[in-house]
Amino acid sequence: MRARGWVALGVLCAGVVALWLFQGLSGNVGFVLSLRLGKLAALVLVAASVGMATVLFQTVAQNRILTPSIMGFDALYLLVQSLALASLGISGFVGLPAGPKFLIETALMAGLAVALFGALLGRAGGRDIGRTILSGVILGVLFRSGATLVMRLLDPNANAVVQAVSFANFSRPSVETTLWAACLALPAMALALTLGPRLDVLVLGRERAVSLGLPHRAMVLVTLGIVAVLTASATALVGPVAFFGLIVAGLAHSLAPGARHRSLLLLAAGLAAVGLIGGQWAFERVLGLKATLSLVIEFAGGVLFLTLLMRGKIR
Amino acid sequence: MIEISGLSHSIRGTQILAPTTLTLPAGQITALIGPNGAGKSTLSRLIARIEAPPAGTVRVNGLDVATTHGGRLARELAFMGQHTGLASRLRVGELVAFGRWPHCHGRPGAADRAAVAQALQDFELEPLAKRFLDTLSGGQAQRAHLAMAAAQETPWLILDEPLNNLDLAHARALMAYLARLRDGGRSVLIVLHDLNFAAGWADHVVAMKGGAVVAEGTPHEVLTAPALSALYETEIAVATHGERPLVLHHLP
Repeated sequence: MRARGWVALGVLCAGVVALWLFQGLSGNVGFVLSLRLGKLAALVLVAASVGMATVLFQTVAQNRILTPSIMGFDALYLLVQSLALASLGISGFVGLPAGPKFLIETALMAGLAVALFGALLGRAGGRDIGRTILSGVILGVLFRSGATLVMRLLDPNANAVVQAVSFANFSRPSVETTLWAACLALPAMALALTLGPRLDVLVLGRERAVSLGLPHRAMVLVTLGIVAVLTASATALVGPVAFFGLIVAGLAHSLAPGARHRSLLLLAAGLAAVGLIGGQWAFERVLGLKATLSLVIEFAGGVLFLTLLMRGKIR
Repeated sequence: MIEISGLSHSIRGTQILAPTTLTLPAGQITALIGPNGAGKSTLSRLIARIEAPPAGTVRVNGLDVATTHGGRLARELAFMGQHTGLASRLRVGELVAFGRWPHCHGRPGAADRAAVAQALQDFELEPLAKRFLDTLSGGQAQRAHLAMAAAQETPWLILDEPLNNLDLAHARALMAYLARLRDGGRSVLIVLHDLNFAAGWADHVVAMKGGAVVAEGTPHEVLTAPALSALYETEIAVATHGERPLVLHHLP
């Protein structure tokens, strides 16, 4: 992408951040600003995590149709929420301390991903990506069925609580969980950017990458580890965001075809931040929280997915 | 030279390559020939450590491919396989520049840029350097991948059926290019189906069948009518054109 594009993206990011922070600012300015800053941090963190994780996952999978959510992260998140509600009850569930709950959820999701990737990709020398993804899909179905079963056993009130956490909620994260998420996600993002040139080789495919001297299997495992940490922390922070990553990764690839990974990752993160902050601003301040942002994201993501697929823009 | 000792490969109990011991001479063009399923691609991929050999050793200029660091080996041999599809959209110039990765790790210097420019020139790709690969014909894309392997500037070049998709003129140009590399002291292992390219350009020929090496030697020693007829299980005649064998399969 040319310099003008980066400037435009920078202006867009600055614009939505300014809009988010200063629009309609009145009353106790210090309190309102600190509240908005906390939520802004969570939005930026989730946006960058989901955008980068999707680009990285598509690089490893050699496929631009996939998102990490296909590996069953969302379903496992739902299952954990359902089981926690079933075992603790509504008051116990709501009273769970945010920090430890976030860390346990993240550890469970990242642990599942690492176990899956390690068992399948590690054994196959980094070649059996298709089988790994299929296993993720099957596990996702299993977790979703498990969550549905548990939800059927819950009383209607508890069921309503599970339904509420089934969709991403950007008003949910506390400062504490945002800090925990930042501690996990920021080093993972830094590592991804550091590995940028190697990711450029990885995307050429195993045969060419090995021929060029890249330790392919190790790169695949490290990249999927980063994807696991980013996706798990974003999901545990706000809930499932299935198609959002697909939108921003698709846009990043369209705006900067053939771009190097460092640019692609930053572009995806920037576009995601603009989309999430702008979208949440519109829902909170224009529509008065009368809908859920994640619902629109999923709808728009679905439409974009089908459009790109039918036009042959993704393969 | 490449020294192969007791190298074998099998997939789920089916032997793809029988235990093979072979020496490929340095500074020559070695053609690997044989019918489909002979094990040519498997052997070339094992040499280039694309597949990990379950048994046996391969040494490239003294380096054991199983234990040598991938980056070091990538400066010793370049490999181009049969598949030229890519998941990402790349321009021709960008793809060729990846050939310099083992030397510069993404930070190209003047020597790297010169090598890329030379490879683009050698494969007549300069006018296409800014084009995306998915807008090229099969033959043009093939040349781009060949240029990438050439830009790696390794002592050994291993090419698995590189003439696929190339028209006669470009196929001939590729063989002439490989001959120039050979004359400059570099070594080439090339898997070929068109026997006349092996007859016309190779210095050394290795014939494989059923996962085993059945003959090796100079073109005159290996490309004989009885040997080729037995190798391909079809009637083949061999004439002489200049000082080289000429394989004839359009027999009356």
